Amino acid sequence: MSYSCGLLPVLNESEGEHQYEMSEYEGAKARWCPGCGDHSVLTSVQRLLSAEQLIPDQTMFVSGIGCSSRFPHYLRTYGFHGLHGRALPVATGIKLHRPELNVFVVMGDGDCTSIGAGHWLHALRYNMDLTVLMLDNGIYGLTKNQTSPTTPQGFKSNTQPQGSFLPPMNPIEIALGVTNASFVAQTAEWAPAHMYATLQAAYKHKGFSFVRILQRCPVFTPLIFQKAVKDPARIQLLVHDEGVVAPELDKIYARKVQHDPLDLAAARAMAEQTEFINLGLFFKDPSRPRYEDTRRVPPKTPAERVQLLEKEFARYAV
Amino acid sequence: MPRSAVAAAVPKADPAVPPAAKGAPRILRVPEHTVEIVSDSGEGAQKCGQIFAAVSAKMGNGVWTVELIPAEIQPPPRVPEGASGNRIRLGEKTITNWGDRTHLVIAFNEQVLLARHRVDALADDAVLLIEDKWARSEDPEIVAAWNTAMDELSTRSYRIVPVAMEDQCLAVVADPRKGKNMFALGLLARIYGRDMGKIKDQIAYAFRKKSEEVYNQNVSLVELGYRWAEDNIDFRVEIKTSESDKPLLVMNGNEALALGAIASGMELCAMYPITPATSVSHLLSEVFERFGGIVHQAEDEIAAAGVAIGSSYSGKVAFTVTSGPGLALKTEFLGLAVMTETPLVLLDVQRGGPSTGLPTKVEQSDLLAALFASTGDAPHVVLAPATIEECFHVMVTARRLAETFRTVVMVLSDANLATGVTPFPQPTLDESWQAAPLDLSPVREGQKPYGWDPETGLSDRIIPGRPGGMFTLTGLSHDDRSKVAYSSGIHQHSSAMRSRKLAVLQSLLTPPEINGDPEGDLLVVGWGSTKGAIEEAVERARALGMKVSSTHLRFLSPLEPGLRKIFSGFKKVMTVEINYSDEISDPYVTEENRRRGQLAFLLRAATLADVDCWTRVPGEPLRPGLIFEAIRGRLPKRGGA
Repeated sequence: MSYSCGLLPVLNESEGEHQYEMSEYEGAKARWCPGCGDHSVLTSVQRLLSAEQLIPDQTMFVSGIGCSSRFPHYLRTYGFHGLHGRALPVATGIKLHRPELNVFVVMGDGDCTSIGAGHWLHALRYNMDLTVLMLDNGIYGLTKNQTSPTTPQGFKSNTQPQGSFLPPMNPIEIALGVTNASFVAQTAEWAPAHMYATLQAAYKHKGFSFVRILQRCPVFTPLIFQKAVKDPARIQLLVHDEGVVAPELDKIYARKVQHDPLDLAAARAMAEQTEFINLGLFFKDPSRPRYEDTRRVPPKTPAERVQLLEKEFARYAV
Repeated sequence: MPRSAVAAAVPKADPAVPPAAKGAPRILRVPEHTVEIVSDSGEGAQKCGQIFAAVSAKMGNGVWTVELIPAEIQPPPRVPEGASGNRIRLGEKTITNWGDRTHLVIAFNEQVLLARHRVDALADDAVLLIEDKWARSEDPEIVAAWNTAMDELSTRSYRIVPVAMEDQCLAVVADPRKGKNMFALGLLARIYGRDMGKIKDQIAYAFRKKSEEVYNQNVSLVELGYRWAEDNIDFRVEIKTSESDKPLLVMNGNEALALGAIASGMELCAMYPITPATSVSHLLSEVFERFGGIVHQAEDEIAAAGVAIGSSYSGKVAFTVTSGPGLALKTEFLGLAVMTETPLVLLDVQRGGPSTGLPTKVEQSDLLAALFASTGDAPHVVLAPATIEECFHVMVTARRLAETFRTVVMVLSDANLATGVTPFPQPTLDESWQAAPLDLSPVREGQKPYGWDPETGLSDRIIPGRPGGMFTLTGLSHDDRSKVAYSSGIHQHSSAMRSRKLAVLQSLLTPPEINGDPEGDLLVVGWGSTKGAIEEAVERARALGMKVSSTHLRFLSPLEPGLRKIFSGFKKVMTVEINYSDEISDPYVTEENRRRGQLAFLLRAATLADVDCWTRVPGEPLRPGLIFEAIRGRLPKRGGA
């Protein structure tokens, strides 16, 4: 909603011809464990920011709580490191008030699919213009090895030492099931070129771009994707001109399937199958309504507001 | 007092026979009178009451209206639990509360009347105008129920006046069930001498979305009721009117909060439906967009708080509004806002609790939850408007405090203010009440996200979009650069900075006013919606020579200054509150384990004074008469008396 922005002087454009280098987006030194997939996501994101020349002071990273939610600290943009599971409501408030900001959301699997699951479903439906990364390593890492909704069945953790009782939640299937979801993609931390291409497609989509990034936790779940990491034949790329385009992957991943991202039924079928790990864009529909657009109202000056309120008083006049 | 005046002036009538007015009616000249219109849900009693109250206010009477709301949307007909309607207290002077018991009732069936009788809402000598078609029903069960009810009502010396309302209405409408509320309005118009021109204007306003035919029909029904009363009611009630020279507005507390939010320049209300808070957002949903604002209905209470915080963080202060269990859900975000010094206005329209409690009924039980609504040390401001007029102004104050002190400001209203309707002087609006436009200039050289002034803890915040200001806000303990605290010294210092702000705020406040002498036997202390009832009770006591004063707190955190000194002028200090407390005479209860009223708890801790309390949780506003009795009972014995 442009309600207050409309009153502002024109926002600061890029400072002349300044070219932002990747290093200019670096914040504090990342304190994740060596080998953690988060490092690779951070690098991809910095590359994206630089490629898109996003102005650091017009760019915002909102996160929840967990290892991955330390993300904003390691960037030189504005950051909001809030509450466990609650990144999306905060991002919603920011985007409603300041639609001109580039807003990214970073969550972990527990953050997004467990404690924040309610917000996640509704945010998918609101379809606000947010780029949303779910860093899914199938475990609670920061709190030391507890089962998350996406932990593989049978995986032993501190809370389920007998092995995870139930089949894991499938976040892609869930996201595709939400009415008005407009962008659902999956990528993997061990395929950086694919991840970068996916993040770029997500950023460019106007709407809620949900990207699940498959990751390994080097401490607690180092082997969960071992087979796929070792054997590229277990990965199937969803390819389409409108999807994730990364020609440099052709040599590594032979298994490809043409998938039109507008085909929701096919996307859902693909999300359900378990034979391969599907990476790519499952679904994209740029025509779906965005909440912030439906809520846009013309701004008012303080003087106009006073005048209107005086008029409103007439309704209550004695 | 007027209650007895009615009984004295009106001879008892045989309930079976409508009283025939013989000659000129008796005129009861009274300083005030309380009327109720009660019906099954959906019979229009509230419309009748609202129009009557508005017309009375316009004629220059003091008015306080309360909605009588059943818990269900569509309770079955003819059951006491379904009683719905309005209670209107009228007076020569300003009326500040709903009063004690009702003097005159119009009831559309005997069951809803029983409901009011059973909660002791009716004066012993009340006049009860009741639709009597039930007595003539073909259904023997209804007739039996009527007879049983009449027996129960006859245990008091009410004066029962049967009125064949629906039969009368048939002269104007085909479905009298739809029209009798306007017939009832006609009865009241005659009894209280209301101005027919003003009534017509008000009908036109109340039915502005309906056709002219509806208007005409309603006016005919009012005139019919008026004439019937002229012919059949043998008394009239006269309450002096004095038209105000200042323009007045009449509204309920939730409407005042909503309009106050607009006046404060806030542009986002994030909410989730909950009673009795929701009507704040109903009004805003209707009008806010014209003012450049929106209501965001979030997926849950937690998200509503989060959206408001996100919006506040990125620019202008936003607010979230809730009641009861909703407050419990918002507390995690409240802690985050305090820790990150993100301004937020959190409005709690209190209802009875804990848990689902009494969703539609008043209570002041959230004070301690509001004060301590977070884990860790989370100093924030808590305000409580005492009147409907203050509901308007408190939002302006709250926004400004939230911004200036970079903290959460909780506003505690309650169901009494939310549903009470009374006139107050139209506020003189000021543009400066509104937030300044966003400042997106580059940050100052060396400006930090928390540039705490070492004396006051105050700092300027940096909003996203300001060149050079990039930082990560975090709920982790942090230093002035918003860097995560890895040493204990930082947490000690930042805690002190956040806490200091409340001391600074208190230093800017003045001690509360005292209603009455600054010295005496008893000081009654209240907060929130009880002000009118407490002051009325204190005035009654003082009129009888008791040395009683009262004071009323608007700031609960920080407390207004000077309380110890004020308390020292009285032999005894006692809070009056609508929350639960043990009586010292209860089994097992001792001075040590007695659980006291929530303000009493707070004042004892803050002042070390031995503050007593008298509290009740009746699910209705406190009646001044009961407070008066409490004052009389708790007054310290005077030497030798």
